[in-house]
Amino acid sequence: MVGLATVFGAGGGTSSYKEIEDTDVILMWGSNAREAHPIFFHHVLQGVRNGAKLYVVDPRRTASAEWADLWLGIDVGTDIALSNTIAREIIHAGLANNDYISRATTDFEEYAASVEEWTLARGSAVTGIPAEAIAEIAHAYAYAAKAQICWTLGITEHHNGVDNVLALINLALLCGHVGRWGSGLNPLRGQNNVQGGGDMGALPNKLPGFQDVEDDVARGKFEAIWECEIPAKNGWNLSEMFEAMERRDMRALYVIGENPAQSEADGHHAVKILKSLDHLVVQDIFLTKTAELADVVFPGSASWCESEGTVTNSERRVQMVHKALTPPGNAHDDIQILTDLARVMGHDWNYRSNEDVWNELRSLSPMHAGMTYSRLHELGGIQWPCFSEDTLEPSFLHGRLWSEELVDRGRLAPFSVVIDDPPVESTSVEFPLRLTTGRRLDSYNTGVQSGGFRSPLRFGETIDISPEDANDLGVEDDELVRITSPRGSLQAPVRIDESLRPGLVFMTMHFPDEVDTNVLTIDATDPKSGTAEFKAAAVRVDKLSARVPAAGQ
Amino acid sequence: MDLKLNTSIATDEERRAVDNILGSDTQSSRGDERTAENLRTARAGESFRQMRHLLLPVLHTVNDQVGWISRGAINHIAKRLDIAPAEIYGVASFYALFSMTERPRRQIHVCIDLVCRAAGGYKERDLPRGTLASPCLGACERAPATLVIEAGDSPRHELLAPSFPADIDALVAGGWPGAESNVASSVPQLGRQDDSLVLLRRIGTDASSDITAYQSRGGFETLKSAFAMGATRVIAEVTTAGLVGRGGAAFPTGRKWGAVAEQSAQPHYVVCNADESEPGTFKDRVLLEGDPFAVIESMTIAGFATGGNKGWIYLRGEYPRAWRALQHALETARQNGFLGENILGSGFSFDIEIMRGAGAYICGEETAIFNSIEGFRGEPRNKPPFPVEVGLFGKPTLVNNVETLVNVLPILQHGGAAYAGLGTDGSNGLKLFCVSGAVAEPGVYEVEFGVTLGELIELAGGMRKGSTLRTILLGGAAGGFVGPDDLDLPLTLEATRLLSTTLGSGVVLVLDTSVDMIDQLQRIAAFFRDESCGQCVPCRVGTVRQQEVISRLSHGVGNDDLDLLRELGQVMRDASICGLGQTANSAIASAIRNLGVFAS
Repeated sequence: MVGLATVFGAGGGTSSYKEIEDTDVILMWGSNAREAHPIFFHHVLQGVRNGAKLYVVDPRRTASAEWADLWLGIDVGTDIALSNTIAREIIHAGLANNDYISRATTDFEEYAASVEEWTLARGSAVTGIPAEAIAEIAHAYAYAAKAQICWTLGITEHHNGVDNVLALINLALLCGHVGRWGSGLNPLRGQNNVQGGGDMGALPNKLPGFQDVEDDVARGKFEAIWECEIPAKNGWNLSEMFEAMERRDMRALYVIGENPAQSEADGHHAVKILKSLDHLVVQDIFLTKTAELADVVFPGSASWCESEGTVTNSERRVQMVHKALTPPGNAHDDIQILTDLARVMGHDWNYRSNEDVWNELRSLSPMHAGMTYSRLHELGGIQWPCFSEDTLEPSFLHGRLWSEELVDRGRLAPFSVVIDDPPVESTSVEFPLRLTTGRRLDSYNTGVQSGGFRSPLRFGETIDISPEDANDLGVEDDELVRITSPRGSLQAPVRIDESLRPGLVFMTMHFPDEVDTNVLTIDATDPKSGTAEFKAAAVRVDKLSARVPAAGQ
Repeated sequence: MDLKLNTSIATDEERRAVDNILGSDTQSSRGDERTAENLRTARAGESFRQMRHLLLPVLHTVNDQVGWISRGAINHIAKRLDIAPAEIYGVASFYALFSMTERPRRQIHVCIDLVCRAAGGYKERDLPRGTLASPCLGACERAPATLVIEAGDSPRHELLAPSFPADIDALVAGGWPGAESNVASSVPQLGRQDDSLVLLRRIGTDASSDITAYQSRGGFETLKSAFAMGATRVIAEVTTAGLVGRGGAAFPTGRKWGAVAEQSAQPHYVVCNADESEPGTFKDRVLLEGDPFAVIESMTIAGFATGGNKGWIYLRGEYPRAWRALQHALETARQNGFLGENILGSGFSFDIEIMRGAGAYICGEETAIFNSIEGFRGEPRNKPPFPVEVGLFGKPTLVNNVETLVNVLPILQHGGAAYAGLGTDGSNGLKLFCVSGAVAEPGVYEVEFGVTLGELIELAGGMRKGSTLRTILLGGAAGGFVGPDDLDLPLTLEATRLLSTTLGSGVVLVLDTSVDMIDQLQRIAAFFRDESCGQCVPCRVGTVRQQEVISRLSHGVGNDDLDLLRELGQVMRDASICGLGQTANSAIASAIRNLGVFAS
């Protein structure tokens, strides 16, 4: 979000799903959408069937990679090196879209100079990918009439995740693959409403509709309607909040629909901090590990069936959700809980319905202005921006950059010089294996929402390891081993996986109660986004002296 | 594709067979040896799946070289083509010539169909061990027939006809058939009235294999004149000639050509339907074996007229001699510049590929051919859209039967009007009939439309000595029986239609009084049950129920069952999506109606 917002002013994927189906090249970078975003991947497959070439960049040969025309097995954390190498190859092959660059972008010269050192040979040496494969992907992306780059946490969950995103945006600017039908940049979202959360201002520096907190005019608009004063400084992101809690600068926390006790990197540390708070309030539909630590728990409602409102998906489509069930027991609609709480604190917000809340938002956020409930219902959802009640904007963003007239182009998109910066933690003699983390099809994040359902695909937490490393360690499938990082140590059964190359191991965080993977991960955090480097830790795997049967056997 | 493979591994022999067709496996594939390269890059995806039209040739090669198709082989093919193994299994198990279980390298396919069983061949229940029952092998003029296939590095395919039980015993014991007799023996007219034959005149001459001999007998002259005439006039002549399809459906050929030519979608394809499988039909085989250059020449003209640059001959898998003749002819034609780039300096380019069927009657259906070529189960597609708009690989496609195509040569030589002058008002031109059964000289006969059934039988030497006519099956298993009273029937589209029967593909199977009609009907019912592709319910269920009813009726007639049979026929006619189901009851119904079989 931060990367896209920096370059284009709006933090959303630029294309709609339909455009994925009508494109010539799809580049999935750091995304195993086949498992992690299976619905989106159906659109990818439709595109593939319609003739698009699919390229997948991922350290593992994932299920998504197996659908690809070409998979590039990158070394963890060398995405910027790869992007810069691709850029240099495109520039040197004369395939850069010079017309677009001069018309719609700034800072190209500086950028071109910065990638000049990234020859195919150097890029290959740093990323581990054969030079021909890098050249092939560069030419395919640059030659394509329409091309998409899609990414997820493989790009963002690094200590330099924002730079990683900027590196991908650079490629789109270089080839003019943004702001047109079929061409775009698409971060895939892990939840039905992650986009909506950001859109509604659940960001430390944004008010609803991506209006800056530190912009007096924007803030003034909200203050007038809300009849209160809004702090004029940007707030803290999640990592900064944890740091503040550790410093005891922040002593109370209200958590809604999150499970930081289990989802934060370096889990031991996170629990310790949460326990040290003066007051912890958790609002959730499950009694999560975090809720167990709380002083007060508000049972909320399931947003997809027990409440009325809207959600916004990865293609920026605002969709209506209708209430079908009354929440059980003392559980309440989340808006109800918030307004009740406000009333107790002396503020009567005076909403008669959830639609009132929405209409207030429409009056304050220009990009939502045209989305009345009746229109959302009628059209089956509307993509933002939607400025007025009688128009719809194109399904892709930033078409302005293609305008003939300079005045229509608005703020031009800057290239960003991004420097290759390997993961904070290198492998070493003591910790020789690179641990990367991810998701599986059958489970969801910390398992709060998926653990209650059985799946024939689920085999619990494992440490996935290449056949070569398993052989070297003398371990077999299902054998319990000890995994140790500089921060912690735990046991998990082995799963030998041919999708991994020697030196690379893989775990998920789906079963924190059995195997708390985030004990191992590093909390090195990107200062620009607050996201931790879940994707790269250094670990050691030890065979247990005596063969111990795996849990459940 | 994230393939889910079981643990079966292909043998080296199977790998070699697959790589023969797909090229050596230079791309890294999952499950294979792990190399520095394939730990960093891997290919799969759409570029692999775009080779799916090679699936049937790959399956053929494995089956031909190994004798059967193992799970390991399927896994290997799945990886090379990036198709789920279950789907490959679905395709492979669709075809009768392929086996999914291990079996001896030698397979002896004994024809047990209508003509052969009437001619003293085996019936399914009597087959000796080590042989397989086969539907009609298309060698009815020499019935009974047997096809021997021996898998190996140099697989062998040979037809033995006639093959009486003693001959088959010799094959089981390890013997091998001698060379087939000259194809000229299948055309009794050749020895009698050499000059007047048009379509069959080159059969039996060296023009079948020697391109110079073909040229000295007028070969490729028509192609040159077609180039001179231009596509529009070629289509106009074919239209004027009143030529209609000879595969059985009798659709006006000129209209089909014109419709393909005017499609804006590109490219256009030409498919020659050489999947001759209707029991009792063998005319196309005789043309393919005896005059393959004529097929190539007429297909090239069809491509020129309709704007196609690529042709496919979908050849019946059980026609080994035709396969060899076509392979040789295609190669020779290419070498001599009659196929390939810029043919004869015309600027027109055209080439032809043979796709061998693998034992599926349904693949003679024009849209089933497309699915089969594309590497899917050979199930017919819904129409519309019609092939002229959305055919092979979704592109405008001309599908013509072999006999239809070769008729184009005389039409262009003598003009459409002259051709239209042959035959009757309603049925223009020349027709080949496959006369088999109890006649003195079975074979392919070329006549003008309009000769009577009796005249045709006389042409075939009359009834075999000592035989008394019982019935004649017109049009094959999908056609209908007529009785001895119908000998005056003019063999035209209009006259047969009046009699509620059909000329179909030109089958004239003459059965004498020694033939067990109930046995023939049981075989017809079994045939349709076996050959129904199973895609649509009326046919899948209807053909099974029909066979059950016939079986019951064979043991004693009940009026309920006769009613049920009529109703089944009606449902299959009304509701099946292709001709197989629509005609599965025709011959049986006609036997009950015209011959009084099962009359109580």
